[in-house]
Amino acid sequence: MWRRPFPWLIGLMVLLFALIPYCTNDVQLRESLLLAALYIVLASNLNLMIGYAGYVNFGNIVFFGLGGYFCVYLVDAWQWQLLPSALAAGFAVGALALLFGLGILRLRGAFFALATIGVNEAIRQFVANFEPWGGATGIYLSLDAYRPLGGPMQALWTAYFLMVAVMGASLFLSDAIKNSKFGLGLLAIGQNEDAASVLGVPTPGYKAVVYTASAFLPALAGGIYFFKSGIIEPAGAFNLSLSIEAIVMVMLGGQGTVIGPAVGAFLYEELRGLLLTSEAFSHFQLVIAGSLLLIIVLFVPGGLMGFIHRQFPRTRHWLE
Amino acid sequence: MKMNRLCLVALAAMFAAAPAVAADETLTIGFTVSQTGSLNNDSVAQMRGFELWRDEVNANGGINAGGARYKVTFVSYDDESQNMRVQQLYTRIIVQDKAQFLFSPYSSGLVATAAIISEQYGKIMLTTSSAEQKTYKLGNKNLFQVYSPADQYLAGALLALKERDARAKIAFVYKDDPFSKAVAQATRDLAKADEMLLALDESYSPATTDFGPIINKVISAQATALLGGGHYADGATIARQLHDQKAGLKWVTLLVAPDTPKFAELDDAAVGISVPSQWEPQVTYKPDFGPTAAAFTKRFNARFGIEPGYHAAGGYAAGLLLQHAIEQAGSIDPVKVVDVLNQVDVTTMFGRTRFSTNATEHGLQLGHQMVLAQWQKKNGALVKEVIWPNEAKTADILY
Amino acid sequence: MIGIAASVADGVLVGAVYGLAAMGLTLIWGVMNVINLAHGAIIVFGMFGLYFLAAALGVPAYAAIPGVIVLGFVAGVALYWIAVHRVIGQAELMSLLSTFAVNMVLIGLGTALFSTSPYNIPVSLPGLTWEGYTFTGTHIVAATIAAAIAGLLYLLLHRTRVGKAIRAVAGNRGAAELCGIPTRRVLAMAFGLGVALAAVSGTLIATLFPFTILSGEAYQLKSFVVTVLGGLGNPAGALLGGIALGLVEGLMTPFMPVSWTSVVEFALFVIVLIGYPRGIFAFSRS
Repeated sequence: MWRRPFPWLIGLMVLLFALIPYCTNDVQLRESLLLAALYIVLASNLNLMIGYAGYVNFGNIVFFGLGGYFCVYLVDAWQWQLLPSALAAGFAVGALALLFGLGILRLRGAFFALATIGVNEAIRQFVANFEPWGGATGIYLSLDAYRPLGGPMQALWTAYFLMVAVMGASLFLSDAIKNSKFGLGLLAIGQNEDAASVLGVPTPGYKAVVYTASAFLPALAGGIYFFKSGIIEPAGAFNLSLSIEAIVMVMLGGQGTVIGPAVGAFLYEELRGLLLTSEAFSHFQLVIAGSLLLIIVLFVPGGLMGFIHRQFPRTRHWLE
Repeated sequence: MKMNRLCLVALAAMFAAAPAVAADETLTIGFTVSQTGSLNNDSVAQMRGFELWRDEVNANGGINAGGARYKVTFVSYDDESQNMRVQQLYTRIIVQDKAQFLFSPYSSGLVATAAIISEQYGKIMLTTSSAEQKTYKLGNKNLFQVYSPADQYLAGALLALKERDARAKIAFVYKDDPFSKAVAQATRDLAKADEMLLALDESYSPATTDFGPIINKVISAQATALLGGGHYADGATIARQLHDQKAGLKWVTLLVAPDTPKFAELDDAAVGISVPSQWEPQVTYKPDFGPTAAAFTKRFNARFGIEPGYHAAGGYAAGLLLQHAIEQAGSIDPVKVVDVLNQVDVTTMFGRTRFSTNATEHGLQLGHQMVLAQWQKKNGALVKEVIWPNEAKTADILY
Repeated sequence: MIGIAASVADGVLVGAVYGLAAMGLTLIWGVMNVINLAHGAIIVFGMFGLYFLAAALGVPAYAAIPGVIVLGFVAGVALYWIAVHRVIGQAELMSLLSTFAVNMVLIGLGTALFSTSPYNIPVSLPGLTWEGYTFTGTHIVAATIAAAIAGLLYLLLHRTRVGKAIRAVAGNRGAAELCGIPTRRVLAMAFGLGVALAAVSGTLIATLFPFTILSGEAYQLKSFVVTVLGGLGNPAGALLGGIALGLVEGLMTPFMPVSWTSVVEFALFVIVLIGYPRGIFAFSRS
């Protein structure tokens, strides 16, 4: 893997993310980059389903929310540390994803998309009624929870580095899959599932694996993010808008490529941040984001990377 | 757009009215507003309260802190009614914009997230619109709650109801969201302690649009009183459908919804509905400093063209309290200001204010009482009258 | 016992309106295999349409309905040419995203124009009272109008040339084109029709409940559930599916806390999708 230039690029990116805010001690930059890293995690893992296997997962945010809940619950009720809680959350959500996946992966196309929305909503309502997880009020983390990490200031830095690590893992995972036999099978499924099946690709198994894989890292990210936020509640954890935004990011950057979702996520996050703090546009963010998406879908469906690959064919080799 | 125009007007007003003593330095206060998203209506109302206070203070030469005069400036951003942005924005407000004091965002959920940042940096944050008690039980040192906490919301209504008819059968019907649920739970406990009769206890999903089924359940349970609701849309629908379905309840108290002037659009369906409110324009508290409720209402109306609700009043009160604390402390040093705030026990147009200094629930509001207002028909027109507590009332209870 | 009957009856009435809301969605889906994710936004604009016609211009509430239908149709055709036309043949993801983008733009504009304040149109009609439970007049009228519109839709689809053309394109676009049917125009009209149905359902809902710019989401989700229950592309099924959903809601409320209703609804949704992908009321495609 290290003989190709691309993984080195990922490594460089991770290093930059980690070092720049740290060396300049710029807390505000760190906050921005944390959100950017989070979006990259969400978009990148979503790309496994959309870009590789061709299955649109509208409710992808459910992994993020559930991961957050598992992790925060473990920290709050059982006083576990952040890292083990987040990992446990990741595995728990992965297992649930496998379970749900076995059910809904039999559906195709739009049916699957709608089913994922259904799953997200059902789980959100369930959690809102589930008292041990705070019901509709959610869980509020006491400030004591940050003590094992050295207090809130330190804890936020630790959370940041962990998030960057998860981002790196997502990109490496995406790259590894794309260049493996598994990935080839997925792309075949994305092109024409029946043909792939006839040719011997074990489609049900592959689909289940990629669905589970696309759940693990977002769950981890969810655990880290909500720990840092100090509060988790159903509406914020299972926010369908964020789910959709993840899709926009994947499309913006270029689905099916590794770096595409990351670029898309980063651009989108910067755009939103800009719109928010600009007096004139804050009322129109949604309109601008929507128009942007429309233009991409209608005229540049390959996204930014699609455009670059077409204009500069050499980049196809080293900028995946 | 509108805000820019208002800012210009405010600026012009400041220059026109600036007295001989000019302010030397600036005091920056930061907060986020929900300019977009589901909370925008009330959040903007709150912001207007802040703004009115700021402009009046500056017109009078600024805050006087031990001889130095500080002009107040705000720095604020849109939090989109979402948690995600709040921490990022508050960090920016503190670190980049160097705000010295903070006001809170609108709604308990957002305030809890902002509190982590404010506590981190040791900045004082006066919270308005955050009634959820959990926020204050997390071990903070610099949070100060201006509103009455959630468990007080329906306490007055319950007392008033008990006075009228201790044998009333109460149906609790409330929205399944942090705020409404907290209020309902606390009130239920109070009702049980008072040995009142509970006919029904149900929560409904925030997405509910049709309350017909629940109202049928209320009728089946033969309830005579209903307490609950949530926010505007559901409260208004419940009121309307109760009327349409002739539920025949003698006492209905709903949260939040009946407090807005828009509720009057429901016409006959609104008569008799009462609402607990943090504040009403008609209250007759005698303030230790600052304007009376009537004066505040007049000024707000003159400036923004609409009657202030309690969101705006709360915002204005937060400003007043901060100003008072700084002036009493004689400096803008957070440690000194916190000391003053911890000991404060004053009355403003908003009511009495006293904060808890108990470490496990620091900042919780202890002094403020909720008022109960009810829609009644006066000379054929719908008006809102204050019916409880007796000290502040303007009309008798309609049962 | 009576309480349950009343609950069920009320559920059926509201269900008819849900059915109408879903009809537009299922028509578009059936004819051109496009899931209109702007459905919720259109319902909301239908609600605001009623508000402006009734409250601002003083038109009596129910008289605004034909106006909304026409406006909805025109808007739908426009939307088709702007957002849907280019992505019709491509992967489903594309049309999902393009309609979703339209949704974002509409909601964004709506919020900028109307903010998220609630709006209300007071419509009062005498209702029927029975054993202490009242069925409001507005519910009864809304259900009747919904059924009437459904009937008109059926007539349109089965007794007119336009309807025949739509059904032909839905069945096999290529063959329809060979028969000389101007398929692009037909698709645009079908989309317009679907949008008009969504808009008018919004108008009816506005006579029953207050609304905000964000109310559409809940109805969009319900429309999905109903569409799946009734079978995709089957307007008659949609009406029945809506009534079925209303019935289920009515049956559940007396027995469990109302907040669990949504969980059951969505569980139902997923189960039906997996077990009966053609819908529970799958007649042969009409």
